Amino acid sequence: MTVWFVPRDAAALSVGADAVATALEARGEHVVRTGSRGLLWLEPLVECADSRDGKRVGWGNVQVCDLEADGLSDTAENFLGVVEELDYLACQNRWIYERVGIIDPVDADDYLAHGGMVGLQRALELSPATVVQAVTESGLRGRGGAGFPTGIKWQTVAQQVPVPHKGDPIDAPCHKYICVNADEGDSGTFADRMLMEGDPFCLLEGMAIAAHAVGADRGMIYLRSEYPAAIAVMNEAIAKARDRGWLGRGILGSACDFDVSVRVGAGSYVCGEETAMLESLEGRRGTVRAKPPLPAIEGLFGTPTVINNVLTIASVPSILARGAEAYAALGQERSRGTQVFQLAGNIARGGIVEVAFGISAHELIFDLGQGTKSGRPLKAVQVGGPLGAYLPADKLQVPMAYETLAAQGAMLGHGGLVVFDDSVDMAEQARFAMEFCVEESCGKCTPCRIGAVRGVEVIDNLLASDAPENTEQLLRDLCDVMTQGSLCAMGGLTPQPVLSALDQFPEDFKRVAARVDAATQGAVHE
Amino acid sequence: MTDSPIKTSEQIAALKDLLTPIADREPGPVLLCLQAVQGHYGYVPEGAVAVVAEVCNVTRADVHGVFSYYSDLKKSPPPAISVRLCAAEACQAVGGRGLAAAWSEACAADPKLAAATGTDEPVFCLGNCALGPAALVNDQLIGRANVATLKSAVEAAQNVTEATR
Repeated sequence: MTVWFVPRDAAALSVGADAVATALEARGEHVVRTGSRGLLWLEPLVECADSRDGKRVGWGNVQVCDLEADGLSDTAENFLGVVEELDYLACQNRWIYERVGIIDPVDADDYLAHGGMVGLQRALELSPATVVQAVTESGLRGRGGAGFPTGIKWQTVAQQVPVPHKGDPIDAPCHKYICVNADEGDSGTFADRMLMEGDPFCLLEGMAIAAHAVGADRGMIYLRSEYPAAIAVMNEAIAKARDRGWLGRGILGSACDFDVSVRVGAGSYVCGEETAMLESLEGRRGTVRAKPPLPAIEGLFGTPTVINNVLTIASVPSILARGAEAYAALGQERSRGTQVFQLAGNIARGGIVEVAFGISAHELIFDLGQGTKSGRPLKAVQVGGPLGAYLPADKLQVPMAYETLAAQGAMLGHGGLVVFDDSVDMAEQARFAMEFCVEESCGKCTPCRIGAVRGVEVIDNLLASDAPENTEQLLRDLCDVMTQGSLCAMGGLTPQPVLSALDQFPEDFKRVAARVDAATQGAVHE
Repeated sequence: MTDSPIKTSEQIAALKDLLTPIADREPGPVLLCLQAVQGHYGYVPEGAVAVVAEVCNVTRADVHGVFSYYSDLKKSPPPAISVRLCAAEACQAVGGRGLAAAWSEACAADPKLAAATGTDEPVFCLGNCALGPAALVNDQLIGRANVATLKSAVEAAQNVTEATR
């Protein structure tokens, strides 16, 4: 029987996937809703196969009117052929995203049929210490941006004894927590969202493996309120996982008890910082905590807590299933395995690219992304979110890995690349970086809270025609104070986009002054 | 100052019935309770802070601190339809700033539209960064947004609101 596959991912829905699915169903077709393949410029991307597991052919940018008359055919202009053979997908090495876009995200049987739960089953056959060992050997590092080795974090939590919640009586139940940071606030990143909407069981399986490895009994997913679709899918998946015995008492018949709940954020960017996230999960203002104590020792409600990003945790099931060695064989230096890159902004072919570390930004943007969407020359790429550096067009050969980017004064962050064409004013972008910090600073430390406000003022002064010559030095000094003196990455990294814009595109900071000068001179000549 | 729906002892008791199960079940319940209040009333009315404080056994100052910190939590009733345009970098790269300006102009030119959608509240990133500019109209995410698609999304949301009435 012919089966149609239409994504239910929020990005696909944002360009009309629901209407297409409804129209297909109205014609009596069998429609399966999936996540997105990550070829976002083709959304809604509709696929069709002879059976549920048959080879799928696809059509890009499908609208309801395409279904009229003969419907979608292999002679249609938007026919793509076999989807898996498209260059954008064929060159990828999908570990985390192996099922996204293929399965029905909330169908537990579909998950099992495509290799789901193999990792957890294997983990439960191993001792917790062996699982931690495997994660350490895989070389997996935190995908949220900081890049801390996951195995070492887990090891630290595994060594702690569970304790009651802070403030509870000493004989109250003892806990350890697995907290997943799904507060994906960085502009240009959407891989957490697409994973949660496209394969939520994978995240839950990863959390259960982590729970077994460190002896945790509770899990929380801190999910931002801007992702209503992901919240709904995760909650549905949790309910189904409980029904299946994948969560709850004695998961998969083992001695491990573990349950998960979702807590929704409330519109604060800084809550993506791990200690601010803990404060928010505990129901307080999302202000940053000073470290130590490390969350691994005294984290959520004072208990030992693993805090990992969605992609970090979602890497674990496939590492257990396919072997730590195979994972560690990918990548370069201390950047092992795969990274989910997100091509965003002004790019012709934006989407998800999961490949081994070491691919260059140039290959990602020009070979896969095919340059800017506007067709104008590329001017800059912001790597790693709003706190990441702007790379100019001639510096894109850098291999995408933790070490190589750090050597350039940039960072990988959460793997997002935002492309800008030559119409962008980099002084405006630098100013925005400071404005964003004003808006989102938690206010706990002075360099960030006050520094960002002064930063906007100093940039405005710099751009005014009568700026004193030392204004640029003042901005650099201020950035130095913020970098050195802030408690967390919010204030500490805001200077990165500002200084990279200033260093790489100094002409943009002189443009306003030049324009005003020209205008004044013109007036004199008249 | 808006007229608070939490004044009488019946109203307070009803709110307590809503919040007590949360406070009993969940550790660290203050933010959850405020979100539940907003889920029920559409905003956090005056008077709710004191009830949350009592139910969670913390001071009103503590609850007010949480309430005032998070930009999602609102002091006054929301517009019938909320329109939020992404103001972050990936959408800036594809004309987000221009769309925001064009949308304010469209609202200024059409009082009905302005009344239905209230003041525009920017949002930093909706996770639709490859299909920008992005916007959120109520819970509906819009990709490759322009003034025309925003207007039709607002109309669709109005129809939904009317249908549920």
